[in-house]
Order: sequence, then structure tokens, then C-alpha cells
Amino acid sequence: MENATLHSDPHYDQEASKLGMWLFIFTELLLFGGLFLVYSIYRFLNPEAFKLAGEELNLTIGAINTVILLVSSMTIAMSTSALQKQNKGLTIFLLEVTVMLALIFLINKYFEWGVKFEHGIWPGSQHLINDMSKGEILFFGLYFVMTGLHALHIIVGMVIIIVALNKVQKGTVNAGRPSLLENAGLYWHLVDLIWIFLFPLFYLIH
Amino acid sequence: MEKEKHHIVPYKVYFYILITLIILTFMSIGITKINLGGYSVLGAMIFSTIKSVLVLTWFMHLKFDQPLIRFMVGFVALLFFAITFITFLDYYFR
Amino acid sequence: MQTAAQIPHEANYLEYKGKYKGIFAWIFSTDHKRIALLYLYSMMTMFAVGVLLGLAMKLELIAPGRTIMGPQSYNAVFTVHGVIMIFMIVIPGLPAVFGNFMLPIMIGAKDVAFPKVNLLSWYFYVLGAILVISSVLFGNGIPDTGWTFYAPYSFKTGTNLLPAIFGAFVLGFSSILTGLNFIVTIHRMRAPGMTWFKMPLFPWSLYGTAWIQLLATPVVGITLVLVALERIFGIGVFDPTLGGDPVLYQHLFWIYSHPAVYVMILPAMGAISEIIPTFSQKHIFGYKAIIASTLAIAFVGYFVWGHHMFTSGMSGTAQYTFSILTFIVAIPSAIKVFNWISTMHKGSINPDIPFLWAVTFIFVFMIGGFSGLVLGALATNVYVHDTAFVVAHFHFIVFGGVGFAFFGAIHYWYPKMFGRMYDKAWAKMGWAFFTVGFLTLYSPMFYLGMMGMPRRYYDYLPEFHAANILSTLGSWVMTFGLLIIVINLFRSAKNGAIAPINPWNGKTLEWTVPSPPPVENFDEIPVYGEKDGPYNY
Repeated sequence: MENATLHSDPHYDQEASKLGMWLFIFTELLLFGGLFLVYSIYRFLNPEAFKLAGEELNLTIGAINTVILLVSSMTIAMSTSALQKQNKGLTIFLLEVTVMLALIFLINKYFEWGVKFEHGIWPGSQHLINDMSKGEILFFGLYFVMTGLHALHIIVGMVIIIVALNKVQKGTVNAGRPSLLENAGLYWHLVDLIWIFLFPLFYLIH
Repeated sequence: MEKEKHHIVPYKVYFYILITLIILTFMSIGITKINLGGYSVLGAMIFSTIKSVLVLTWFMHLKFDQPLIRFMVGFVALLFFAITFITFLDYYFR
Repeated sequence: MQTAAQIPHEANYLEYKGKYKGIFAWIFSTDHKRIALLYLYSMMTMFAVGVLLGLAMKLELIAPGRTIMGPQSYNAVFTVHGVIMIFMIVIPGLPAVFGNFMLPIMIGAKDVAFPKVNLLSWYFYVLGAILVISSVLFGNGIPDTGWTFYAPYSFKTGTNLLPAIFGAFVLGFSSILTGLNFIVTIHRMRAPGMTWFKMPLFPWSLYGTAWIQLLATPVVGITLVLVALERIFGIGVFDPTLGGDPVLYQHLFWIYSHPAVYVMILPAMGAISEIIPTFSQKHIFGYKAIIASTLAIAFVGYFVWGHHMFTSGMSGTAQYTFSILTFIVAIPSAIKVFNWISTMHKGSINPDIPFLWAVTFIFVFMIGGFSGLVLGALATNVYVHDTAFVVAHFHFIVFGGVGFAFFGAIHYWYPKMFGRMYDKAWAKMGWAFFTVGFLTLYSPMFYLGMMGMPRRYYDYLPEFHAANILSTLGSWVMTFGLLIIVINLFRSAKNGAIAPINPWNGKTLEWTVPSPPPVENFDEIPVYGEKDGPYNY
């Protein structure tokens, strides 16, 4: 552990900013962790029902969404390098691509959920309660909560990236003061990480 | 610590990581064709873990950051697993 | 942020005039010292409400049968009492007031790492409090689930639970952000030369606490969200009719709420670890052992939550695992008590007010701790679970622990914070009445619990009457003591004698700055040399 050091600009400590962001990421990991814990218990208790319910989900859309998020993680990571190389134009372009990919993810999710609703599947629906086993009810309950909370984080992430994009445009976020963009990147990777676990748990149960 | 600021990760490194991630994703889909029984969750989780380690190490810069943060990430992960394990002591032995 | 040249040299943080005027100079201030006082005043307000609710309960229990309220009201009163006391008083507790005020000064910094986030934490506190209050004032009935919000009742009750749940969630956010801020502050802003093992014990305790605030709170956050979703949509996750397990709710709830009690007690112990060396004029005994114990409590404390659930239907394996771990976590606390007493041994004792609080803290904390062992052992737990014994246990250890430490801390740091000394005679009287009242209020509950009186009941069997009368009388004596303490502190802020810079001859950095401190704490950041350190008597 290092000693505290004085910095030339006493009000900008990049390491502190990064540490703070990581600590916030830990809270998000534990937040979703609670849901993963619930999922793992109920899957343990209802293995067949979870398998059955999992077949309702569209693997193709899930896989596409997974690739979309992975690519968007790459683009935002590249944008931090671009910022360091003082290539403002490329930085902005990469951030715009990231936002576009996020939007496509959300649109896919919208259609996915729409299909479920058309089939009469939503939390508390009659079809769910009357026709499905308890394990299936739990599966879909967790599906909507976890992908819903994840989608909420995608929206928040998009807002953060747009703010960062704006500030890069204005020049207030630059190679000497990159924290906002780097932290936005960390947040976005977190969103990707969560999906990396959501995808197999919901779409790959066979 | 100051070194980190000057180390800029080349674009192609990020690209190679992405390709690896996509390959792992398709592998994880492919593995579902094999019947692993009770171990299918474990199989899926192994792939997810490898993918997340890649994201953490390169995309999230942990490889180039101070070891303290790596330690903290490891600690948080272990804590979560310990809590999950203990909770299962209830359900597994009921 | 203004430069040193612009800030008038003598302006202390209370008098300082900046961009904003009047009340806005306080509620828009990012000065950690002002934020600490904002927390102090808002917490005192909510504490008063919590105390009144407690008094109402005791008044109901002064006789069997209905005294002043019926069962539904009683359920509501103990619910709101618990929500306020837990989420708005003892969890923010010492970190929000003394952590905010003293941490930067004690490590030689000008403020915390993220001053604006610090103010945001307080805004979340106020918002959370408003939400909880709104659940009482509006809607279909005051929440009646207990502060523990157990499923399935929490999603079946017709009372106005959603604002209370949402309020608790927002209060959790306040806690998380405070923890985050303190961790970064301690990592990045210690004065030059202040290595980790030259940092005083109160900051160390805040560090351990901050990690718990950070990592445990999100779990209750998501659990409360799930209860809200269960209420609104019926997702089934805790509803047995839909396949859910209510015991899983209990697991998730206590995975946070047990570590939460270490959020409560670690800073309290940290304050005691500051008071005792100062009032013994001696170096703390076992400085590193106390640090190790702090971290051990924080760590092991994550794994004992099931001891709240021994009778819930958990597997036998889980039961005895949690029981063993519970006994293990008691050990570091005992180490601390040993170290405090050893510090006093052959010290030059100054039996002034803060020391009185510290000694009675040790006494009531030990009683609370020992009763915890009764609860942690499976055989005896079955007998006293959900009885008044449990109520006695947690009031001794939480109210006794956090409360006595808080009063000790306020009497210790008051001259530094306000630049005045309080009246010592009144302070001693307040302490005496409070302590006697506290013991009279809660001790009978151990007996009552062992004799079989259930908790959370508005009524009881006639054979419990005498002990209940004694307990209720104790509540009045204790409240009388509280009033003396609070009024004394209030009046002394205006009328007290001007306090010197170091009235107790303390050796930590806060005693080197003026009373009250200037806005930026230090004219020059102190530098710690080889020979420097806290407790260098």
C-alpha cells in the first residue's frame, strides 16, 4: 500500500477518481450478485423447470446481443486510447458507435420482451400462474427482473457515455484529464460483464 | 503509478481481445450441444469467468493498474462466492 | 474553490462566509465539518421521534392488556421505531457525524476525497427520511411488518410499505456513498509520513466500516427492490404459492443486516479507542491487535448472518456452521476489551466525562456481548428466540454500544467542534441518569425473555407485570438523563467557556488545530516524521 502523495493539481487526483469508480462498481457487482444468488438457489431447486422455461427464450437474439455488447466494450476501450493519443475525432466516433450499439441492444430487448408479452408471459400474468409450474414462474420472474435491471443500467450507461462524449467535444475531458471517460468506460464494461453471466444462465440452459 | 498514465493500449490489442471473446461466446453456445448433466452450469460458468477475466484485465485496464485494485476485485469476488457457498449450506442439506 | 489567499486567516468553519447566505451556506456546503453537523441535527431530530415511539411502546407495556393502543398500532409503532433507529440513527451513526468531522483532520487532510458526493450522501439521508415519514403520514396504514420486512407478510400487508422500502433503499445509498468516500480518502489523502500504521484507530475503524457499508448494503438494496416488485407485480421470488421461499428473503436480508451491526459498532469502538488512551495519558495497548481485530470483525462478520434464522427451517448444517462462526466473531471484540483495559492499567486516569462514557460503554457492551453468546448457541437460542431476551440483547449491544460511544464521542470532541466546553456537572448528572435509566429499562427484559415473554406483542401474561413496570420506569429515567445531556450541550454551545486547543492533552492531529477548526483544517499540511505517531505519550 503506498503512502499518500501530494499532487501538482491538488484538486485532480486521477487515481482517487479511478479508485472511487471501482468501489462503485463493487456495489453494482454485489447488487446483481444478490440476484445471481437468488437465481442459483432456485435453479438448484427447480432444475427441470428452468430448463423447460429456458427454451422459450430466443438464443439467436441473445447471442446477437452478447456480441453487440462485446463490440461496444471494445469501442469504448479504444476510445480511451484515442483520447490518450489526443485523437479527438476518433474518440468521438468510437463513443458514438458505442451508443448506437447500446441502442440496438435495447431495441432487441424491446422486441424480446414484446414476444413474451404476446405469449402471455409477464410477472403476475394469468398464463404464468395458471399454466406453468412454480419453477417456470420463478424463471420468468427472475428473467424479467434481471434483464430489466440490466437494461436500466444500459440506459444509465448510455447517458453517462453521452455526457462524456459531450465533454470530449468541448475539450474539458482530454488526455490530461481523462477520468470521466475512463470511468464511463469502466461502467460500460461492468454492464457488459453482467450480461456475460446473464446470457448463459438464461439462454444456454439445455 | 505515473507509468500507467503514459502507457496507451494499442487499438489492435483491444481488437484481439474482442475476437477471443466472440470465439469463447460461440464455444459456450456450442458446448450446450454436449450433455454434461449437472455440470452444464459449471461449464457455462467457466466460459463466463474466462470472458470476464479478459474484460477485467484488458478492457478495464486491470493489467496496467496498481495491484491494489486487482486485489480488491479478487477480494470482492471471493466474498460473493463465500456468501453463495454458505447460503447453499442451507439449501443443499435441507 | 478559493485559494488560501482569499480565505480570511481566522475564519473558522462555523463563521466562514462564502458564496451562499443563511441556511443555504449550510445545505449547499461541501465542507465536511458542516456536513457532519447537518447529519448531527437531522439525526437528532429523527432520534427524538424514535425515542418518543419507544416511550409509547414502554407506556403500552406498563400493564397487561390494552393501555394506550391496540395491537395494530403497536405493530406500527415498533416498525417505525426500528426503521428510524436502525436506518437513520445507528447505521449512519458515528461515521456520519464524527467520521465526517474528524476523519480528514485526523489524517491531516483538508477534506474528504469527494466533497460533493459527501453532500449528496446527506441529501440522500434527508430524502430517505422524508420517504419513511411519508409512509407514516399517507396511505393505507402505517407499515406494520417490523423493520425486518419479512416475507411473505411484507408483500401481503395492506399498509403503506412501498415508501418505507424505498426510503430504506435511498438511505442505503447514503451509507454506500459515505463508505466509498471514506475508503478513497484514507487511501489517497493521508498526510505525508502518515503510513497506514501511524494512522489513529478511529480512522482505521472507519476504514473497516466503510468496506462493510460498500459491499453489504447493495444486497439489502436489491432485496428491498425484490419485495417492492413482489408487492407490485407478484414475481414469485419470495411467495411460496408461486414457488418462492420466504426463508431466502431472510437470508438476503440478514446477509446485509448482520454486517450492518458491525457498521454500527466498529466506529463506536474506534471512538472508545481514541478516548481511552487520552484519558489514561498512555499509549494504546496493542495498537496492531486492535487494527487486526477491527478487520477480522469486518471480515468474519459477513459469514454469521444465519444466527438470526436458527428457527426458520434452515438445514442443520447451516445452523451449526453459523453458530461456530458466531462464536469466532466474538473473539476479536473480546481482544479489544482486553486492550482497552490494559491501556488503563498503570495509566494516569483522568475520570472526566468522556472517560465515564467509555467505561460504561465497556460495561454495557460486555453484557450485550455475553447475551449474544446465549443467542449464538443453538440449544439456548431455541428457548429465547423472538422473546424479550433478544430485545434486551440488541439494545444493550447496539444502543449501549453505539449510544454510549456516541455520547462519549460528542463529549470528547465537542470542544474541538464548537470551541466551547460544556458544563461538566450537568454532563455528569446526565450520564448518571442515562446510565441508571438504561440499565433499569433493559435489564428486566433478559429476565422476561427467559421467562417466556414474546417480543413484538402489545400484551403479555400477568406474571410479567412487575418486571415490565420496572422497565417502563427505567425508560423515563433514561429519557430524563437524555434531556439533561442534550440541553446541556445545546446551551454550552452559546454559553460555555471558550475551549482551549487541546483540553484533554490528546496526541492525535485534531488536537493541533484551533477549536473550532478553520475551513481548510490546516494552514499547512502536517508532515509525520519517523518518531511521530498517535498516542505518543
